[in-house]
Amino acid sequence: MLAYIVRRILYAVPILVGVNLITFTLFFVVNSPDDMARMHLGVKRVTPEAIEKWKRERGYDKPLLYNAAAEGLDKVTDTIFFQKSVALFAFRFGQADDGRDIGHDIRQRMWPSLAIAVPVFLVGILVNVTVALMLAFFRATYIDVWGVVAAVILMSISMLFYIIGGQFLIGKLWHLVPISGYDDGIDGIRFLVLPIAVGVVSGIGSGTRWYRTIFLEEINKDYVRTARAKGLSELRVLFGHVLKNAMIPILTGAVVVIPLLFMGSLLTESFFGIPGLGSYTIEAIQAQDFAIVRAMVFLGSVLYIVGLLLTDLSYTLVDPRVRLQ
Amino acid sequence: MSGNRSQRPFWRRPLLVAAALAALWLGLPPLLGLRGVYLATDVLLFVLLAGVLFLGAWMRRQRHLREPWRRVFHQKRAAVSAVVLVVFAVIGLADSIHFRKPLPPAPGAAETAWSVEVLSVLDVLLAHLREREEQTYSAPLATRLYVRQPVERGGRQVREYPRLRHGGAHLADPERQWAGDVARLALAGAGGGLALAALAALGLVLLLARARGESLARTAAGVWRGEGPVPWRTVLATVAVVCAVAGVLAGLSLHYHVLGTDKVGTDVLYLSLKSVRTGLVIGTLTTLIMLPFAILLGIMAGYFRGWVDDVIQYLYTTLNSIPGVLLIAAAVLSIQVYIENHPQLFETATDRADLRLLALCVILGITSWTGLCRLLRGETLKVRELDYIQAAVAFGVRPFVILGRHVLPNVMHIVLIVVVLDFSGLVLAEAVLSYVGVGVDPATISWGNMINGARLELAREPPVWWSLVAAFCFMFALVLSANLFADAVRDAFDPRLREQPA
Amino acid sequence: MNGKTLLEVRNLSTWFGPQDRPLRVVDGVSFHIGRGECLALLGESGCGKSMTALSLLRLVPEPAGRVVDGDVLLEGEDLLALPEMAMRRVRGRRLSMIFQEPMTSLNPVLTVGYQVGEVLARHHGLGRRARRRRAVELLAAVGIPDPARRVDDYPHRLSGGMKQRVMIALALAGEPDLLIADEPTTALDVTIQAQIMELLGRIRRDRHMAMLLITHDLGVVADHADRVAVMYAGEIVEQAPRDAFFSEPLHPYARKLFAAVPGFRRRGRRLQTIPGGVPRLDQAFTGCRFADRCDEAWDHCRAHVPREVSPAPGRTVRCHRFDPEVAAPPAAEAAPPAAAAAGAAPAAGGPVLAARGLAVHFPVRKGLLRRVAARVRAVDGVDLELYPGRTLALVGESGCGKTTVGKALLALVRPTAGSVVFQGRELTALRGEALRRLRAHMQMVFQDPFSSMNPRMEVGAIVEEGMRALGLGDAQRRAARVRALLEQVGLPAEAARRYPHEFSGGQRQRIAIARALAVEPALLVCDEPTSALDVSVQAQILNLLQDLQQKLGLSYLFITHNLSVVEHLAHEVAVMYLGRLVEQGPVEQVMRAPRHPYTRALLSAVPVPDPQRRREIIRLQGELPSPLSPPAGCHFHPRCPEAMDVCRRDYPQWSEVEPGWRVACHLQTSDVRSQTSDSSDSGI
Repeated sequence: MLAYIVRRILYAVPILVGVNLITFTLFFVVNSPDDMARMHLGVKRVTPEAIEKWKRERGYDKPLLYNAAAEGLDKVTDTIFFQKSVALFAFRFGQADDGRDIGHDIRQRMWPSLAIAVPVFLVGILVNVTVALMLAFFRATYIDVWGVVAAVILMSISMLFYIIGGQFLIGKLWHLVPISGYDDGIDGIRFLVLPIAVGVVSGIGSGTRWYRTIFLEEINKDYVRTARAKGLSELRVLFGHVLKNAMIPILTGAVVVIPLLFMGSLLTESFFGIPGLGSYTIEAIQAQDFAIVRAMVFLGSVLYIVGLLLTDLSYTLVDPRVRLQ
Repeated sequence: MSGNRSQRPFWRRPLLVAAALAALWLGLPPLLGLRGVYLATDVLLFVLLAGVLFLGAWMRRQRHLREPWRRVFHQKRAAVSAVVLVVFAVIGLADSIHFRKPLPPAPGAAETAWSVEVLSVLDVLLAHLREREEQTYSAPLATRLYVRQPVERGGRQVREYPRLRHGGAHLADPERQWAGDVARLALAGAGGGLALAALAALGLVLLLARARGESLARTAAGVWRGEGPVPWRTVLATVAVVCAVAGVLAGLSLHYHVLGTDKVGTDVLYLSLKSVRTGLVIGTLTTLIMLPFAILLGIMAGYFRGWVDDVIQYLYTTLNSIPGVLLIAAAVLSIQVYIENHPQLFETATDRADLRLLALCVILGITSWTGLCRLLRGETLKVRELDYIQAAVAFGVRPFVILGRHVLPNVMHIVLIVVVLDFSGLVLAEAVLSYVGVGVDPATISWGNMINGARLELAREPPVWWSLVAAFCFMFALVLSANLFADAVRDAFDPRLREQPA
Repeated sequence: MNGKTLLEVRNLSTWFGPQDRPLRVVDGVSFHIGRGECLALLGESGCGKSMTALSLLRLVPEPAGRVVDGDVLLEGEDLLALPEMAMRRVRGRRLSMIFQEPMTSLNPVLTVGYQVGEVLARHHGLGRRARRRRAVELLAAVGIPDPARRVDDYPHRLSGGMKQRVMIALALAGEPDLLIADEPTTALDVTIQAQIMELLGRIRRDRHMAMLLITHDLGVVADHADRVAVMYAGEIVEQAPRDAFFSEPLHPYARKLFAAVPGFRRRGRRLQTIPGGVPRLDQAFTGCRFADRCDEAWDHCRAHVPREVSPAPGRTVRCHRFDPEVAAPPAAEAAPPAAAAAGAAPAAGGPVLAARGLAVHFPVRKGLLRRVAARVRAVDGVDLELYPGRTLALVGESGCGKTTVGKALLALVRPTAGSVVFQGRELTALRGEALRRLRAHMQMVFQDPFSSMNPRMEVGAIVEEGMRALGLGDAQRRAARVRALLEQVGLPAEAARRYPHEFSGGQRQRIAIARALAVEPALLVCDEPTSALDVSVQAQILNLLQDLQQKLGLSYLFITHNLSVVEHLAHEVAVMYLGRLVEQGPVEQVMRAPRHPYTRALLSAVPVPDPQRRREIIRLQGELPSPLSPPAGCHFHPRCPEAMDVCRRDYPQWSEVEPGWRVACHLQTSDVRSQTSDSSDSGI
């Protein structure tokens, strides 16, 4: 078990190196720092001095991979690649274009993101599993048929419309909760209700449909017939046998996204004005702040790999058949 | 497959059709005194169309693919969605034939100068919508602007809702005549649409009667009673509804802005229709681009295992580990910088926007091939253990022949399902990405850009709702029919295939 | 027979599929079971016997299937009329069922104890403590070692045989009056099958419990049933007490079934087969449903549905021949005596193929650096010789490595050690093109006729593939050869244009044989080619294989677990246990007087379709150990009833009983003290 975890962590290293190479290529090779500077300063009529100054302020005035001018080890370390990409491995994210410390921002903005993402995640699973179980119980009846159609309709609506519609109806027409904003502590709850509700509702369509197929697959297995032959009631079969087995793919499928909850939701946060990592990312993208985007890419990859590892570990917890080695 | 069939080769007919279409596409513009413009996405869409023709002809010969397709079209829901999808496809294709008009000859110029404005066939068809711009917002079917404007009246500045330049301009007294005029136009449009639908029904019955060798009356009665495995009656009803709706829209659009106008006074119906192409391009070309990689790498990883598998798995785990939106954002931003720093590469603004659209497709393709690749790898791992692969190995059949002859045909259904399932997701993704600012070029007309432009308008007092509602309706119709169709395809080909929602 | 009837089934009908054209899977079935009686429901796959059982419990998968007619009277109470709530009190309490697939019939995420306890809680209202105590008792009663510990195990930790024991415990927990056993041992090896059947018999006698035993195996019926009901195409065609049935089966179908069973009695002769296939069940029959396949049918049979008549007390049969009201048929011609096949071709010349010290090990990697921590010794030093025109049977239970031997001989799996010489050339050294050339001379026929053919290819292309790959002939010559081959295996030439799924299992196996023959091999490895087939179809394939051997002089390596097939057609037999051969020799000698205790146990465990032939089953303890860590000394000693001290220390050498017959057993060396021949150190 321990050997397995260690090996998985070692496997993560080449993946993260790969991620870094990709981002490095995208940000520094496809377009040189000069190009970026020119774009930030306005394409036309920029002086070479202004470009140099912009680069120097952000530490982009070094060679990409190999610094022939430097001494000893600095030949490798005093480069953009080392300073900007390798440093990420130590979680040194550096500074944003406006000079703020990215690491500090991330630590601060993580909490509002979690305040939205965790409830959406938990309530979402609960609601989806419940609805899917109901559809499975009424399988091959009209309830099931129209339930699936309703799910398809729900999943055909863009997330944008859920947010806009929710804001318009609940916030603007009915004045139930504020349209957007954020506050710490207990007072903040009224700001969270709407984004959480929107997050849950928008996921019902695809989630329910997916879980329903899992349940139906389990219901057709032999052990369910055995359970019925024991004289158990349909509800007991469903909850005592089917649910226990179906929770394996459901839980392990959900575990992979748990670490990514830190990253928050891009759309929800920016629409509802929540100062989380999602809106942070969007703002960075819109301001073309590459330092932040790079940091978030790296963070996202790390969290994803952690999620994969957790998934495998969660198998050993919920499925007695799986043993890692 | 084994080419010793006595029938004609399956590719003969699609090849002829594709060649004829290409000749028309290349030859017609000069004949009409226009200069054809062949955008990169236009060409790829044409390749896709030809590919679909070939694939269709090939699948007709493959029983294991033909039978499930038949089951798909025997479902009413799938037949209805197919009709809707065809309508969207026709709109999108009409918007993919581009040309430039000649400018009025300048005195002394030897060569014809061409307008920088790139038009499509759809633009021509919708010329009356495109050209009739208002000053700013106007509500659907309105005759006056939605905002007060300062107007000179009797020497005094007053703020009032002025009449529109085009919407309802033919009415002398809009307050009294409006309702009657709208009803008249709508009825006429609906009547025209239904007449068209009746013609289509007649044509279909004629074709069916010929194919079945029955009398016309018998066939018509059969269709009317909903007999036979294919739900023709449902199809025709859908056609009638679509025609009637289109007729009403067309009738009203002669004199009104059916869906209102946006901030700069452009007709919203026009924008919604132009967005169709963008949605289709993203939904289809992305798949077209990623498909070869996903298939080849997926079945290679599953079949050869060992280091090949390790490398391919490493590749897709790495790509997968980067959050999708961020990878897309990073790539789009880089390309944006590149485009902005190299303006000399593009002849027209349309060219530029088109390149960005294509780049978006490529990037979406790069981030989305991993799912299919993993599914194919898993399935190939199962297939390779089957005895018929062992039998082929025992005959000394070469590995890549085994891949082509034994593995690929047996995982092809997964490719089909994923392609159809992915389509709607990609259309939805376009809207989100455009909203985030890493989608299509701001100059490209798309639902995402429409929503992005309109989202603050709801906060106005009174709210401007029609742009959002229009984008919502069109997108919903396309995505819903694609989803329903995809469901039918999956049920027919492999109901056990699960795809985790993104 | 017991006087008191426990269960009476009258005119039971269960239909499947669409309303307008239903499949009549169970079509008017009537039978009864007395208290403590065992009724065997005998039939081939698809005859509706499992659906009959599920119908009794009202567990037919809905809404696809439905019980449309009939009464199921349990002590006079009609189960089909009960509300669902009341029916649940019957299931597991008065009627219990065990299923064919123990691997999938238990819930993988619940402990064994919990699953047994569920029945106890449901039907006896036991509390937690009492439930656990009773579960341990039940597990002990079904012979699970160390039940107090096993009760907390999950099913995946148990072997197939153990799982089936758990299923039995689960079925017994409610103390039912009637146990329905649906092919309880079909998925198990023959030695385990003997254990399970013996357990069921003992429990039934002890508890005076009635049993409905569903099976396709005449041998199992002969050993365990009191009465027999034969089912064909949804209908019971004959019912009789066991001994009467085995001494004189009446229905032509039942008689055909007996004649199709291979074994020594018919060795060297063609087996009787039943032509054609089971009729489609989506029709209302207007005649006898067996008429089309029956040698004795006459016009009357096709025009009238036979009624059930009783030619003797306690016997019924559905056949016009026994109906006194039906005019006697035109005198049937005596079936022509089956053409006697020529005796076995003598072994001539050297072997086609010889393996020496063949070993296939699969590494098991563990730990941080994925080092090879252990090796699965799937094949661990096997010597074999195959002669032209002869059949060598390789016999063993599942997991003993016999299939791997076959694949290693064909270089489909690379051997870890040893040599394979084929027609004088060393195979293990060949690579690439040279190996490809040689592949033409040896081919394989696989076990599963459904996975052995690419469903996306036409039969013609499938048969042609080998010729194409090896570049034999041009397209026209190949097409002609495909037609000839298909006819040679008894299929119409038009079959070439159709897809595999249009053929039945037996026909597919013919296609597979045609495919293998296409490249004119000298050697055919047949890996359980008939184990997925019904006995009547199996007979067709065995006949075909024998014909082809005589005509073409092929050598067969026949891999099987079915000893009666071995008796029928093999010349030599090699018995395999845990990766090694333990006994090898001419089939008549080995089968009649086996020397190795394992061979003896294996043979004694095979049920024989003859209730008069009582035999002593040698019970093997435990189950096949893991090839990951075979026991020290003789691999068989932990299960051997005659193990000695030396067996625990040393692996026995080969000793020759007669020329060509050798045994690897210490008993042999100590008894016979014959000179030890050929000290093959099992090339580790």
